[in-house]
Amino acid sequence: ALCERDKVKFTVHTKTTLSSFQKPEYSVQRQHEDFIWLHDTIVETEEYAGLIIPPAPPKPDFEGPREKMHKLGEGESSMTKEEYAKMKQELEAEYLAVFKKTVQVHEVFLQRLSSHPMFRKDRNFQIFLEYDQDLTVRRKNAKEMFGGFFKNMVKSADEVLISGVKEVDEFFEQEKNFLLDYSSKIKDATAKAEKMTRSHKNVADDYNHISGALNNIAADNNTAFKKHLEKCAEVFEKLRKVEDRMASDQELKLTELLRYYTRDIQAAKDLLYRRARALADYENSNKALDKARLKGKDVAQAEENQKQCLQKFDKLSESGKKELTSFKARRVVAFRKNLIEMTELEIKHAKVRRLKCYVYHYMFIRQCSGILI
Amino acid sequence: MSGGCGRNPPPFPDDEDQERAELDTQVLDSDEDDEDDEGEDIFTGARSKAITPTSAPDEGDIFSEEGSYVRSDVHHTTNGLHSDEELDLFTEATVELTLTNTTSQGRREIIGPTVSACNTTHVPNSILKPSIVTKTMEELKEEESGDQFELNIAVTNPEKIGDGMNAYMSYKVSTQTTLPMFLNKTFSVRRRFSDFLGLYEKISAKHSLVVGKEFLMLTLVGKEDSSSAEFVEKRRAALERYLQRVVAHPSLLQDPDVREFLERDELPRAVNTQALSGPGLLKMINRVSDAVNKMTIKINESDNWFESKLQEVENEEQLLRRLHAAVDSLVNHRKELCSNTVVFSKSVAMLGSVEENSALSRALSQLAEVEDKMEQLHQQQAFSDFFILAELLADYVRLLGAVRCCFEQRMKVWQRLQEAQSTLQKKREAEAKLLWANKPEKLQQAKDDINEWESKVSQYERDFERVTCTVRKEVLRFEKEKARDFKQHIVKYLESLLHTQHRLVKCWEAFLPEAKAIA
Repeated sequence: ALCERDKVKFTVHTKTTLSSFQKPEYSVQRQHEDFIWLHDTIVETEEYAGLIIPPAPPKPDFEGPREKMHKLGEGESSMTKEEYAKMKQELEAEYLAVFKKTVQVHEVFLQRLSSHPMFRKDRNFQIFLEYDQDLTVRRKNAKEMFGGFFKNMVKSADEVLISGVKEVDEFFEQEKNFLLDYSSKIKDATAKAEKMTRSHKNVADDYNHISGALNNIAADNNTAFKKHLEKCAEVFEKLRKVEDRMASDQELKLTELLRYYTRDIQAAKDLLYRRARALADYENSNKALDKARLKGKDVAQAEENQKQCLQKFDKLSESGKKELTSFKARRVVAFRKNLIEMTELEIKHAKVRRLKCYVYHYMFIRQCSGILI
Repeated sequence: MSGGCGRNPPPFPDDEDQERAELDTQVLDSDEDDEDDEGEDIFTGARSKAITPTSAPDEGDIFSEEGSYVRSDVHHTTNGLHSDEELDLFTEATVELTLTNTTSQGRREIIGPTVSACNTTHVPNSILKPSIVTKTMEELKEEESGDQFELNIAVTNPEKIGDGMNAYMSYKVSTQTTLPMFLNKTFSVRRRFSDFLGLYEKISAKHSLVVGKEFLMLTLVGKEDSSSAEFVEKRRAALERYLQRVVAHPSLLQDPDVREFLERDELPRAVNTQALSGPGLLKMINRVSDAVNKMTIKINESDNWFESKLQEVENEEQLLRRLHAAVDSLVNHRKELCSNTVVFSKSVAMLGSVEENSALSRALSQLAEVEDKMEQLHQQQAFSDFFILAELLADYVRLLGAVRCCFEQRMKVWQRLQEAQSTLQKKREAEAKLLWANKPEKLQQAKDDINEWESKVSQYERDFERVTCTVRKEVLRFEKEKARDFKQHIVKYLESLLHTQHRLVKCWEAFLPEAKAIA
């Protein structure tokens, strides 16, 4: 699927050879809320309880750049035209970066759905891709929101209970421990990475201000020294660009990676939770069966119930194992790819920066010796 | 070649400079054109154009011996050949130093036979790496002015002497010089802070119109925790800058007090420095700057030089303040980046320890190490941001204030002259009245008065002339000094940036194979 963008609408472009689709190619407009709807319906589908459901993409967040744009507009009168133009340019770049990120995230969501043998057959998924009218998705009204919130609370309470449930299967026991630990660590790492990236951007911003201030001084000065100052301003300007790019690349590759996997780990944990829930249900049904047998009433029903619970549990366990194993592999691959890409980008940018420093340094020496002041 | 350079050809062999200029513009152009900034491209582009200079035979000789002035070690042996090999110059950290060495040597050769065996020890500076290049610039300056003296001062080695209440920091002041007026070529003494204050007191009494004598340690007086390492370092650096500025001024250098300060083993303990340290000093300096702000006297100038200069100085001071604020912000943000990086590094290490896949786990802990190294680099960079740029700017903001002080003093002299002139006028009128009223006994007195005031007036006129001349000379000298100082510092700063960048590249390059090894 290809995603393009127009305001808060996404254009989802699908090419397919699957027979279940009517046409080989589709292009529809979707909004963020539609993605959420799709995600939620899949979560609520009982059948998929044994699968790791790809996490929903986060809401596109343009607050940051929008606020800055606003501030810039207010402060326009207090800076020079060049400074204003530069800052505007920088803000536009930031806007673009956020845009790219959000497109990527939505795209990844759909791609995971489509590459999974079960999900791609999902009816709702097909509708999502095919239906060429607006999916007038009913937004969750207040009651549903509250219901959802409550469910989450119950879930976390249950999680505590569930982690106390004795685990028979070694594999799942290991997974549970690993996931719980990993989840907290990765959340932490994500937060720290975000802070680091922000500091990086601040440094780049400062370069911009320094460059502006130097230009101001140069404008006032009319000795040969002026050229030095202008060159110096140029140095900082160029440094800023590189610094900025380094920071956003780092963000895209590293921080985004960490963010995404925080969510993914959560989805894996959800799977474990559902399975544990099923286990608990099974155990409850066992107890109910025993009770029924004691009372001699509704035995057949209780037996049926128990059988069903067992089935469900087994199914979940089986598919869960598969999913978690492939999840591991997926994670390693993703980390590898992103780390390599990030490193390569960092090297590239750092080399550029180094080269520029070199050139300017050399130039300055030349200039200094060449000018009699 | 685009005419973008517009530099005055220096007194070097012209060809070579033209070509150098050409190199620069071309490098610049390729720099600007290349939006996508492939480092390698720019480099090769520049390199191929750089070859032209070395193809000239005489330069070829110089450069083949010492390495071309373009950054390539390979040119060493090629004697002007076009080297086609893929130069990854940057893999060798040592090459950079080679460059600076060869550059300076190259320069000296070019300067010609006037350079005798100069004492080329450079300022031993505990923060900044000895930069041979800046030394070269200084040498050039000396050559141009015809002098061949050198005077390098360093303030190093702060040591705590004594205990408790009477403890103080003692600094080593080392001087290296070829000036004949000193007894030795190299010598050092130990001084403490109050000695510096004492020197300041003596100088400021005698040289009221010198800019640069100012004791510019406003921030270091009183407020900060005086035992922290950072504080000691800041103070040491500031004392060093102070002394360097003092000896850079020709008339201060001649002053016996300065010489005594540098040479004499034991200085009598400066008394009355209590008034000068701490809040006393602060108050005094603030008073001066306040007074300067209230300058409202208008002098009838024959030329506008003083007026426009004053305006210039005031503007520049404002702009420098703003620049200083920006650099300060940079220092702070970089420090922030340092701490965030460290925290992140720890977090990644934790993640790596939890990770099941062993290759990924190893890679993550490597990443943590890389981030750690980056933090050190950032720390260093912040350090040089501060000491090279921020302190320089702070000093100059205050120095500009001192320049305004000079103007103020000139105005005071002028005012005195005006007052004397009006008094003379009054005396003359009084005499006229007496003549008219015909009181001969008072007449003599009046005549005496007039004579007295006439001589005063001419004295003050001469004073004013002298002060005007001095201030003008001083301001010009100061501006020259300032330009030179700024240039030196910019070069130093770029050098520090360069070093940091280089290490950074190495860090990431070391990590890449680890990342690739994740299976």
